[in-house]
Amino acid sequence: MSKRTGLFVCHCGKNIAATVDVKKVAEQLGKDDGVVFSQDYVYMCSDPGQGAVIDAIKENNLDGMVISCCSPTLHEKTFRDASELGGLSGFRCEIANIREQCSWVHKDRDQATDKAIKISRAAVSRVQHDEPLDPIGVPVTRRALVVGGGIAGIQAALDLAEAGLDVVMVEKQSTIGGNMLKLSETFPTLDCSQCILSPKMVAVSKNPKIKLLTESEVENVSGFVGNFNVRIKKRAQYVDPDLCKICDDCSNVCPVAVPNEYDEGLTNRRAIFIPFAQAIPASFTLDDQACLGLKPVVCGKCEEVCEAGAIDYDRRPTVIEEEVGAIVVATGYDLYGMDKLGEYGAGRYADVLDGLQFERLCSASGATEGHIMRPSDHKVPKEIVFIQCSGSRDPENHCAWCSKICCMYTAKHATLYKHHVPDGQAYIFYIDIRSGGKGYEEFVQRSMEKDGVVYLRGRVSRVYEKNGKLKVLGVDTLSGRNVEIDADMVVLAQAMEPSRGTAEIAKTLKIGLDKDGFLAESHPKLKPVESVTAGIYLAGAAQGPKDIPETVAQASAAASKVIALLSKDELQHSPTVAKVRDPYCTGCEMCVDACPYDAISLVAGKASVNEVLCQGCGSCVGVCVRAAIDVKNVSQLQIHDMISAVLAA
Amino acid sequence: MPNPLHSNASEAQEHEPRVVAFLCKWCSSAGSDLAGVSRIQYSANATPITIPCTGSVSPMYILAAFNKGADGVLVSGCHPGDCHYMEGNYLARRKLYLVQQLLRFIGLEADRFRMSWVSAAEGAKFAEIVDEFVGDLRALGPQNRLKARH
Repeated sequence: MSKRTGLFVCHCGKNIAATVDVKKVAEQLGKDDGVVFSQDYVYMCSDPGQGAVIDAIKENNLDGMVISCCSPTLHEKTFRDASELGGLSGFRCEIANIREQCSWVHKDRDQATDKAIKISRAAVSRVQHDEPLDPIGVPVTRRALVVGGGIAGIQAALDLAEAGLDVVMVEKQSTIGGNMLKLSETFPTLDCSQCILSPKMVAVSKNPKIKLLTESEVENVSGFVGNFNVRIKKRAQYVDPDLCKICDDCSNVCPVAVPNEYDEGLTNRRAIFIPFAQAIPASFTLDDQACLGLKPVVCGKCEEVCEAGAIDYDRRPTVIEEEVGAIVVATGYDLYGMDKLGEYGAGRYADVLDGLQFERLCSASGATEGHIMRPSDHKVPKEIVFIQCSGSRDPENHCAWCSKICCMYTAKHATLYKHHVPDGQAYIFYIDIRSGGKGYEEFVQRSMEKDGVVYLRGRVSRVYEKNGKLKVLGVDTLSGRNVEIDADMVVLAQAMEPSRGTAEIAKTLKIGLDKDGFLAESHPKLKPVESVTAGIYLAGAAQGPKDIPETVAQASAAASKVIALLSKDELQHSPTVAKVRDPYCTGCEMCVDACPYDAISLVAGKASVNEVLCQGCGSCVGVCVRAAIDVKNVSQLQIHDMISAVLAA
Repeated sequence: MPNPLHSNASEAQEHEPRVVAFLCKWCSSAGSDLAGVSRIQYSANATPITIPCTGSVSPMYILAAFNKGADGVLVSGCHPGDCHYMEGNYLARRKLYLVQQLLRFIGLEADRFRMSWVSAAEGAKFAEIVDEFVGDLRALGPQNRLKARH
């Protein structure tokens, strides 16, 4: 037990001193057992304040230090560093929070002073049992994993490779490119999406530093920052990409037709297919769910015609193990299900489309080669209605959040429509127009002024078919009138939601989700690309709705975080980890079960903690019936002493 | 029938409840910091002890606090699903529910022990919870059921 404790009480100018009698706190604590130095000072965090801490430690030979001041989130590090300079282990310096948790929330001076004394006394009794700990050094694996091969994952992987790191990229689909690949043109410049994305995709495939695993999913992750072990499952490669010549002989003989995901179901594809001509990796792939020929007695046509001999029905899924030091999660978004918007006729009428389907209609690489026509009868729509916030900003029925990009892409859709169908009329129903971004507002204005798009402020109540038209019933709240439009086509700006599988990957990686199911960042303002788990970073729309520039920026930010992390020779891990008190442990394994990090195992019948895996949460402490396990410097003895200090008369 | 363990009304009026508040450092402690930053005024009767996670709260802490004379004990952690350590608050919820049953079984008023979920963004909620708890405890008067007699 520490016997020579020092205490400083900070005035924080008037922030603390106005409500708390700081002199009285210092005086009272000075009388406590083991406190050999006690003083108040006007600004502890200032240079002279920190100097006073250093001097007090040296002059009084202190073995413990308490600073009663603001929240430890602000200056714990400051004062621990100062303690180290004074020759005292930083882990023997504790903060008593008497500002945020006391002086700022109470007015009565006596009560606040009394509470400040209790808080300070609790910190003193804690510090007297603090151990002088040293950070645990762990080695670093200089490789990174990128989960998701959309624009976010591609950007992060390229940046990481540029910095000389080896990258493993895992993509669920048979090609990288993600949702951006499906877009026709991009706002606000209307440059072609594929033209700006394809070169990056090729760069990924050509980069010797990047190991690309498509049709693969992360199955399990163990380990910790700097040293993750990742198990990846790759689906069976029935078509060998190295042998495939992309000659298209196979798909011509395939008898199966299923909806083409790349075309958002507007066209069909074969069971053996290439999503589109510029796919990376450049190879056909076989959809074993749709294929008849995995049992060759049934079909086997494609194998017969493949001159390259690239097809082998006997291939099996493979499991790949990778060691990486950091992970970037960029699993992207999906559009909110059309089946949930029955009132707009979604899913019922062929000419009610979602945003991505409309992109495919506009795209030169789409089924119509960029000609906008109705899926039902291939006629050019002359009246088209766009409905914004379809599923967004509707906490009662759908998603509470704003999907952020829909105002812009709807303006883009209407503009593109006018470029394709100059004599047509586009209407947009909107709640608000949110066009924050460089050149965005001007783009929206242009769509109204140059392209004559009619913006109607209000919501649509119903869409139904009548006489071959889609009747749109809505309201224009600015004129206060009901609106009825006989439309040829309706496009719903569906909400953006986390991609299917986000919850599973979050669970696998042990990172959190926010209330809407997007990946949770560590701090909404100051740590926007860090997940709550050290060494795992977030990029793109998986973390929240965002457009392409923002996604690219976040991906580069995540990559730079990884580069900084992996540039170190050794990582420092907090030493406030669990510690077993051997004589009391009965090997009951309650702690083993409770540990969320698999950090505890039985060794010779006693619990044993892997200090590198342990995060110091104390779940083990809470379940141990014999109090045989403690988190260092938050031991049960310390908590009991703190309780006594708080309740001392 | 008057319960000899319960104090009479006049004593209850004068008694200032003493509350030990175990706050998770990731959420509720940060939430109480936010109450401070927002200058939200609330009762000074609860003294915080910051812990790594509500999952680390041993039932003994709660019993010890009552034994040492606490009139009420508050354990406040992250909302279910939001635990910094993934599932510590689920562990806490299951375990502390049993503690609550135990306390009731041994004759302590149920209102003296409370769990709450307060995120780092809920400064106002933290203040409300403390005020409400202290108010309820004031009505109950001093806790003598588990308090050690010296």
